[in-house]
Amino acid sequence: MIREQQVLDRIERMRRRKPVVREERITLAHGAGGKATQTLIEAVFLEAFRNPMLAPLDDGALVRLGDGPVAFTTDSYVVSPLFFPGGDIGDLAVNGTVNDLAMCGARPVHLSAGFILEEGFPVADLRRITASMAAAAAEAQVTIVTGDTKVVQRGKADGCYVTTAGVGVVEQPVTLSASGARPGDAVIVSGPIGAHGAAIMLARDDFGIEAAITSDTAPLHAIVADLIKALPRHVRTLRDATRGGVATVLNEVARASEVAVVLQEDQVPVHPEVTGVCELLGLDPLYVACEGRFVAVVDGEHAGEALDTLRAHPLGAEAAIVGTVAADPPGLVLLRTAFGGTRVVDVLVGDPLPRIC
Amino acid sequence: MCLGIPGELVEFVQEHEDLAVVDVSGVRRRVNVGLLADEGLRPGDWVLVHVGFALSKISEREAQAVFDYLQGLGQPYADELDALRGSDIG
Amino acid sequence: MRFVDEYRDAGRARALAGRIAESCRPGRRYTFMEVCGGHTHTIYKHGLEDHLPSEVNLVHGPGCPVCVIPMGRVDDAIHIARRPDVIMTSFGDMMRVPGGSGSFLDAKAAGADIRMVYSPLDALKIARANPDRRVVFMAIGFETTAPSTAMTVLRAAAEDLGNFSVFCNHVMIIPAIKAILDSPDLRLDGFIGPGHVSAVIGCRPYEFIARDYRKPLVVAGFEPLDILTSVHMLLGQLAEGRCEVENQYTRVVPWDGNRIALSAMGQVMRLRPHFEWRGLGFIAHSALAMADDYAAFDAERVFDLPGLRVADPKSCQCGEVLKGVLKPWECKVFGTACTPETPIGTCMVSSEGACAAYYNFGRFSREQISAAAREPREASRP
Repeated sequence: MIREQQVLDRIERMRRRKPVVREERITLAHGAGGKATQTLIEAVFLEAFRNPMLAPLDDGALVRLGDGPVAFTTDSYVVSPLFFPGGDIGDLAVNGTVNDLAMCGARPVHLSAGFILEEGFPVADLRRITASMAAAAAEAQVTIVTGDTKVVQRGKADGCYVTTAGVGVVEQPVTLSASGARPGDAVIVSGPIGAHGAAIMLARDDFGIEAAITSDTAPLHAIVADLIKALPRHVRTLRDATRGGVATVLNEVARASEVAVVLQEDQVPVHPEVTGVCELLGLDPLYVACEGRFVAVVDGEHAGEALDTLRAHPLGAEAAIVGTVAADPPGLVLLRTAFGGTRVVDVLVGDPLPRIC
Repeated sequence: MCLGIPGELVEFVQEHEDLAVVDVSGVRRRVNVGLLADEGLRPGDWVLVHVGFALSKISEREAQAVFDYLQGLGQPYADELDALRGSDIG
Repeated sequence: MRFVDEYRDAGRARALAGRIAESCRPGRRYTFMEVCGGHTHTIYKHGLEDHLPSEVNLVHGPGCPVCVIPMGRVDDAIHIARRPDVIMTSFGDMMRVPGGSGSFLDAKAAGADIRMVYSPLDALKIARANPDRRVVFMAIGFETTAPSTAMTVLRAAAEDLGNFSVFCNHVMIIPAIKAILDSPDLRLDGFIGPGHVSAVIGCRPYEFIARDYRKPLVVAGFEPLDILTSVHMLLGQLAEGRCEVENQYTRVVPWDGNRIALSAMGQVMRLRPHFEWRGLGFIAHSALAMADDYAAFDAERVFDLPGLRVADPKSCQCGEVLKGVLKPWECKVFGTACTPETPIGTCMVSSEGACAAYYNFGRFSREQISAAAREPREASRP
């Protein structure tokens, strides 16, 4: 067994080396949220832009402007199809930006919206998108205060892309960071996972699968504000589980905090239809994207209180404590399976691909 | 190799004799049942789905076989199972 | 889910694990090969080895279609896919498999029209919708998947669909098992047999393994309790000095297989005299090509192919891993030069490949992981 451990240690050292982009071209994997995305961000973007505010690579940055800290974030939306059960690219963009600010512990205030439109795109569709953005902004109590429009030649874009920026104010001083998790903390998800990713897969209709699944896209600022208000000193980390799903977010936390995260498979809430889609396509719901769910790491002593607070909000009715933080082995996410075994939950290389084998 | 998922046959597709709708945990897909033409499939039957084809009809009776086998392991198995269930760590 | 959840019950697993431990003779080591990559995936996904005593050692076999596909065949497929008039269709599993010069994903990034499908019938649908393009289905898989390809070709023939063809890479499990049995450096005590292949071919084709090689084989289902039960059945055979083919997966596998599936394969496909398996070399009568009557649907005849053989990288020991001679971590490049991001060998590509499964799910010592997983159990209760 000693030899095996030596090999494993060597691999662990390899994994911690500075990331290098080996590919000569961008592939879809670079946008999937997994290892390839991480590598691209660290080896290209962080390398070029490095500064202390960017370095933590959190969902947004806290910048000092005038008196207090301001949360600042940006995001782009390229979803296909543009309209899907439960939402469209418009409310997705507003909610996604609001959520990134909420994860910094901020109250979202203002958004920008940039549109890249393909020549020939129907104005009626654009009106539909902007209407749903307006409704989502009203619900999240933010205003879209500036914008931009570009039109590109037919074939140079896929209908409509939306880019946003958002600013929010930090009213309750909290320290939230992916590096804040400590042994003994509890890991909570705010609701059933994977519905957005599953809804999009079905809406694309590549696989001929039908199910009553709607995207979970929703603004999370209010439920997060409730949580922070209830436990201002006991919330360590907040992350919305978008690309790459809960598994990817928890890997980021485990790595940044140098802790192990131990999940209990049977405690992770997944709706049966999402389970069905995942079984059919050979996917793991832990890696499927959510757009209205977040992961909270909270002080283990206050986990019950945190759960009660979340469940009191309609968006958190099915929140669950799904795991705990342990000291060893640092940087790893483990899953205690429903079958009574244990396995590693690693970061994916690229998009989770449907498999038949 | 070969991901196979159990699904319940819901109905046959009218215009295609070889196609049926199968339900997997509330998720539906059209599946080709041509490989099971011998089986006299009916709605309510369970089939194993692989790459859009029903590969095998699942036998309800044989599905019990594993549990019968486990029961046949005798008293130590039954005792341990009870003990584990009672201790609520299962 | 019915027929799934009841076979993932931790209580039954623990009670059975106790009986498995009792069945082992102290000091004796039992080595079983799960032939099928699907079993490998189940074993890692559910952490099944935590229920096995240290006497029982599972080695992972060659039953992973994308793991055994030689690089030259991937290159041939990409050669076809690069043609502007072609739409290549493939299961998601194939997308990351490296050929001599890149994978489907790389070819797609460079402009080839390669689309993922769930079923070969979806490829047929794409062919109907694109009459001015030539649609090729990259057919991979063992006897489980080959009948679906055959049925799809029969359908295409009935519709007289002229723009559809199949690049046939179907392989057969029995010759691969035989190659492993004939490999001199292997010591196995028995086989966990591939359940879904057996739904097609039945259990009789394995009888020579028990008769001629004196190894027991239990055809097993794919849920973790199925595999644990099969291990118990194998130990039972060894304890009683029996050596038989047994069927644990009776709910799905008929002893004689699926007659319609076999006849569709027989009609549309023919045996290749030999076929190269990655890591295992050339194996006689181990793969299927399109039959002459269906030449019009055979991408190998419809297109000119380079057909070049590409040698496996020297550093890659996939062959030894596929034969169960080496554990994944014993390979020289495992986890360093060869990782899921930069796979050298195919075992690192598919999530059911032994190396990828070990890298992703099992990379850490069991003691360490179990210790970490045990302590916080109570705290996690709401």
